[in-house]
Amino acid sequence: MRWSSLLLGCALAAAESPEALFTSHCAGCHGPKGNGGKGANLAVPRLMRASTDEALFNVIAYGIAGTEMPASRMTDEEAWVLVGYVRSLGRVAPQAGPGDALRGEKLYRRENCEMCHTIRGYGGPIGPDLTEIGARRSAAYLRTSLVDPEAAIPDNFVFYRRIIFLPDNFLQVRIVTQDGRRITGVRLNEDPFSIQIRDYSSQFHSFLKSELKELHKDWGKSPMSSYAKIYSREELDDVVAYLVSLRGDR
Amino acid sequence: MRPVLALIGMACCAQVPYDRIRQADAEPGNWLTYSRTYSGQRHSPLKQITAANVHRLKPVWMYQVNDLAQFETTPLVVDGIMFISEPPSNVTALETRSGRPLWAYRRSLPPDPRVCCGQVNRGLTMLGDRLFVGTVDAHLLALDSKTGRVIWDMEVADYRSGHSVTVAPLAVKDKVIVGIAGGEYGIRGFIDAYDAKTGRRVWRFWTVPGPGEPGHETWAGDSWKTGSAATWVTGTYDPELNLVYWGTGNPGPDYNGDVRQGDNLYSCSLVALDAETGKLKWHFQFTPHDTHDWDSNHVPVLIDGAGGRKLVIVANRNSFYYVLDRATGKFVRGVPYARQTWAKGLDDNGRPMVLPNTEPTLQGTLVYPGLHGGTNWYSPAYSPDTRLFYVAVREEGTVYHVATPQYRPGRYFAGGGPRGIPGVEPGGSVKALRVETGETAWEFPLHSPPWAGLLSTAGGLVYGGTNEGIFFALDASSGKPLWRFPTGGPVLANPMSYTSEGKQYVAVAAGHALFAFAVD
Repeated sequence: MRWSSLLLGCALAAAESPEALFTSHCAGCHGPKGNGGKGANLAVPRLMRASTDEALFNVIAYGIAGTEMPASRMTDEEAWVLVGYVRSLGRVAPQAGPGDALRGEKLYRRENCEMCHTIRGYGGPIGPDLTEIGARRSAAYLRTSLVDPEAAIPDNFVFYRRIIFLPDNFLQVRIVTQDGRRITGVRLNEDPFSIQIRDYSSQFHSFLKSELKELHKDWGKSPMSSYAKIYSREELDDVVAYLVSLRGDR
Repeated sequence: MRPVLALIGMACCAQVPYDRIRQADAEPGNWLTYSRTYSGQRHSPLKQITAANVHRLKPVWMYQVNDLAQFETTPLVVDGIMFISEPPSNVTALETRSGRPLWAYRRSLPPDPRVCCGQVNRGLTMLGDRLFVGTVDAHLLALDSKTGRVIWDMEVADYRSGHSVTVAPLAVKDKVIVGIAGGEYGIRGFIDAYDAKTGRRVWRFWTVPGPGEPGHETWAGDSWKTGSAATWVTGTYDPELNLVYWGTGNPGPDYNGDVRQGDNLYSCSLVALDAETGKLKWHFQFTPHDTHDWDSNHVPVLIDGAGGRKLVIVANRNSFYYVLDRATGKFVRGVPYARQTWAKGLDDNGRPMVLPNTEPTLQGTLVYPGLHGGTNWYSPAYSPDTRLFYVAVREEGTVYHVATPQYRPGRYFAGGGPRGIPGVEPGGSVKALRVETGETAWEFPLHSPPWAGLLSTAGGLVYGGTNEGIFFALDASSGKPLWRFPTGGPVLANPMSYTSEGKQYVAVAAGHALFAFAVD
């Protein structure tokens, strides 16, 4: 086994029961019961990134490149204990929420959510792809995303990353070019000399920083506004139920 | 093909006796040791590439490696032949003008080396007609520089207990000096010297003193047995004082100091050793009782101060810049050069005045610098022309967590772990420090905390690299960016410069390739 981990995991557990391992290594992102938070919902029968136990072991041991999932610093034995524990989470029947997924799908379309989000290849690239969002995120997290989007922005910096190859996800940037053009969009990449942006009409832009008059980074801002007042309470339940139903397998 | 053949002809007789390394300034077109000279300045006297023509610098050749671990080598160049190490523990000879391989040594490794942060190798040293390289299974090898054939192979330590050799060794007189890695595995650190001819170990300096030795009292109970203080970055040497200078790493376990009460000598220190005997001449501890993983594994840079005073300067992982008298180890000056929130300052002896509530906790304690420090293992550079000290600086904090460590041989032994700071994007810069005061003369901002070293040249340039793969040249006096090239892979190594047939090249490892640049 190679130990060429580029990312550092969290604190090592003193005790080594499966629950203690999960609590110290995983629960911070995946939730205390593994049903999702900033990290994927693990309490599902089929894990998208880990269809076999071997694949799940590799995810735990080496992380997932290009995502917030870091390589762990546990021993192989501990990682295998966690494989078993994570599988057991998926055997819990998912709790039925109060909403109606079919009504939720109509409400999703009513508000043109597909302008920014893609489901199964249909929609825009501004926000996160939602094709598998029900397997990735818990109902509670999805509800927060709808009513308070800025409380649920993915944050790559929660984990310590040894080498930073890609910048934070979904950072809104506003620029003014030397020739007076104004562009607002999501940062795709950046280095000391250049920045790459996708604007809200899905156009790519790449600028040398020397071509910019102003560069603002809107940390903590989301281009998505709150839907707390747009959807009624029942409608919110329905939209959450629809999102929870999106598991990438239909 | 004729020139290549002629060069191979030269290489068959290449000899690098100690005096050549000692007088490396007499042959600026070669790069005979890790930092080019024993002083560790990583400054090249070559000046064909200047601020006026660097815009014409272009890649001339690339050499790609087959291993996906970080590529951290500093090449050596001797009379037209370049010698590089490749991850995990391989060596290749390349012709310097064409980049064509001449021979390759490929080590077969056990399946389970214990390396905390990637199966890497940072370079080689040469003495006579032999190359010396360490391995991730903790051996030291002597290779025939003509063929890459193994002449001798010595076990430095048992890899199964967490030891590895990732450092470029340092040849001094008839000896090869080498350090050890394993600071996250509870090893007991040391610096070794081997007879270059036979491979016999001549001396060992334990960086954690044993019972009865001075400094042993700075470790509570049996904690010295797992005290770490690893030695994984190449030191420097002063031939007049006959002293070897070498940095030491964090005490083990990294984040839990309760189990090792005391200053924990000689962790997080600079030690000066007699090159003949390995006896300690002096030590200076930058971070007593460290709990933030602030290894002092840096190249200690030897410079002349006012009135010819022999100094050693270090930009430390703990975010302070230090000037020491290298004959005595006496503290001369120390100031912060990067963001830090852990010390009120340094006292008259250079000891940090530590602020309360900066220890790792169960809930997490936010401290600057982060575990990877204000800078890290990669080399700084010093230019005698500008009298500026160039440092690639990391602006990054860490939320430090503590845990109860459990020692098992060969297993990760950190006693805690790091988290990032939610919503705070880490950054970095290249800073030019005035050596006398530590003040920042100029600063060039980077997008993310760097992992690449710097090279200064008499052409008035400073070369560096970024995680995003940009290799760049700055004006050494002003920091103004003058040239850059996107290599397509993160730069995690130190640049160097050499000549081939009289023409200056600059070389650096980036991504999984070595790049050589020249002005056409």
